[in-house]
Amino acid sequence: MIQIYTVLVYVFLFAPIVVVIVLAFNPKQFGIFPMEGVSFRWFIKLAQNESIIEAFKNSLILGSLTAVISTGIGILAAMAFIRFEFPGKNTLNTVLLSPIMIPEVVLGVALLLFLRFLQQPKSFALLLIGHVVLTLPYVLLIVQARLVGIKKEYEEAAKSLGANAFQTFREVTFPLLLPAVLAGALFAFTISFDDITATLFWATAQNQTVPVKIFSMLRNSISPEINALGAVMIVLTVATPLLAGYLSRRFSKIKE
Amino acid sequence: MATGKKQPMVQFKGILKRFGDVIAVEKMDFDIEEGSLVTLLGPSGCGKTTLLRMVAGLEEPTEGDIFIKGVRINDTPIHKRNLGMIFQNYALFPHKNIFENVAFGLKYRDVSKADITKKVTQALEMVRLPGVEHRMPSQLSGGQQQRIAMARAIVIEPDVLLMDEPLSALDENLREEMRREVDNLQRMLGVTTIFVTHDQREALSMSDKILVMQAGRKQQEGDPETVYNEPNNHFVADFLGHSNFIRGEVVGVDDNHVNVKIETGDVLLAKNKGGFSTGDAVEIIVRAQRFDAFPSDEFKPLEGMNHFGGRIKDRSYMGGEVSYFIELATGREIHIISMMRTRLYSNGESVSVQVSPHHCHLIPLE
Repeated sequence: MIQIYTVLVYVFLFAPIVVVIVLAFNPKQFGIFPMEGVSFRWFIKLAQNESIIEAFKNSLILGSLTAVISTGIGILAAMAFIRFEFPGKNTLNTVLLSPIMIPEVVLGVALLLFLRFLQQPKSFALLLIGHVVLTLPYVLLIVQARLVGIKKEYEEAAKSLGANAFQTFREVTFPLLLPAVLAGALFAFTISFDDITATLFWATAQNQTVPVKIFSMLRNSISPEINALGAVMIVLTVATPLLAGYLSRRFSKIKE
Repeated sequence: MATGKKQPMVQFKGILKRFGDVIAVEKMDFDIEEGSLVTLLGPSGCGKTTLLRMVAGLEEPTEGDIFIKGVRINDTPIHKRNLGMIFQNYALFPHKNIFENVAFGLKYRDVSKADITKKVTQALEMVRLPGVEHRMPSQLSGGQQQRIAMARAIVIEPDVLLMDEPLSALDENLREEMRREVDNLQRMLGVTTIFVTHDQREALSMSDKILVMQAGRKQQEGDPETVYNEPNNHFVADFLGHSNFIRGEVVGVDDNHVNVKIETGDVLLAKNKGGFSTGDAVEIIVRAQRFDAFPSDEFKPLEGMNHFGGRIKDRSYMGGEVSYFIELATGREIHIISMMRTRLYSNGESVSVQVSPHHCHLIPLE
């Protein structure tokens, strides 16, 4: 019995995704089953749609920069929180993690109001800052968890052998932290790539991301192009972590 | 220095360490001679590790100064102190192979590539693990990892070698072997070594000097024999070895002996090492191994020896030796460890116990 339930849960979870991917190959304008053949028509149309390509580029750039900046700040913050004592540490940690708890709508509006207060126009920089704020907690949590597990002795040994603080970080702490850093970066990238709620508030006409684009396309009409775009995004977001996992395994094998 | 004596390698002057309200190390003065192996011995939390970490530069003293080769190093950062540190859990860099681990310290010193290879090879030979350069630390056993850690520490030719319970993570048999290894290596290299341990056997067997600590205070310093045979106080006697403490009062002093009347009414003789006079409240310390037990009916007391009768209350047979708890006439119990020069006694048997005044050590009653 439990097996049947399990299967049903999986069907419930994955059926819509499968439908999107299947319909992406539908040659007709309207998604009707049974399909009359297989076609790449909508993929081709997608590739010719410059505004979508533009959105795709925006998303990739935004996601990558978010990942880099979030990971950078995340590592530094995690080092400070785990390795050092300073007044107000717990408060600061909570503040940095709070975006997880705060509803995204509130964050989106808040940042916009703040921008108004500073009398600045919306821009790509705003979007980037917003996404860093959104993703930083995840990076921080992942990196902190790993750093707690790295014994202080490694760093102490390195220092006693003559490495200064920076050399110790570069030679010992960072390599040991690397899996968490990669995982954190990946998280940041996928969260940024996927985000819609807050991004709707922050995006301008020039820097629309893919989810925002899909959302606006849906408001006009349900074009089968969206199915194709959805299929591409699914493949991409599933493939990236898998590829990263594969690469890291390969990498660690070579090391041994 | 002006005293004409050889300058100590490491000197602690009025070292005090406070963590918040807790005093980890109480004002301490202590010298470590060049080339010697000094053990900091004490129960956990006695401040021995804190003291070591202050030499390493991993903790800052709240007060006082630390000198290495006569130079005050309080403000020298760790990486400039030229010390070799060995940790309980080896702390080999798990992502680097053995060669990279051992060569780590040499990278930050002016050593050419060719010399690095040569020195690493030499160091690995010294710890008797040649040819493991390309293995990863996780592929070695605990004992092997600790040897690599030693190679990594000695290859930089440190002024002082700091060892923080380096053998505690090893299992019993290996520990014995590694203890000798560390000892030999230290003597061969002649490197000044500070060794932290809570294991009295390690301390007694390896050290040139032992510093016994408790609650952040120095309890006694001296060579192993002095610390073991002539403990300063109750704590040192209790911490090292199996001791019997017998309370009494000094009733007479002559050139050779101090006569102590104990609670049973017997008067025991203790060797006179000075410092006690009639009327002093004292404790007699006798090591469990120093007593001899004889069957009561065959016992012939020897002139000048202390002896009293008792009954075997409890015994545990440990192969090479037997541990007896003997109840004296007053109900007091003494613990003796017998090497079985006579025979195994059974519970309830009457025995006579004999100990030489030479093995009765006196301390003032605390």
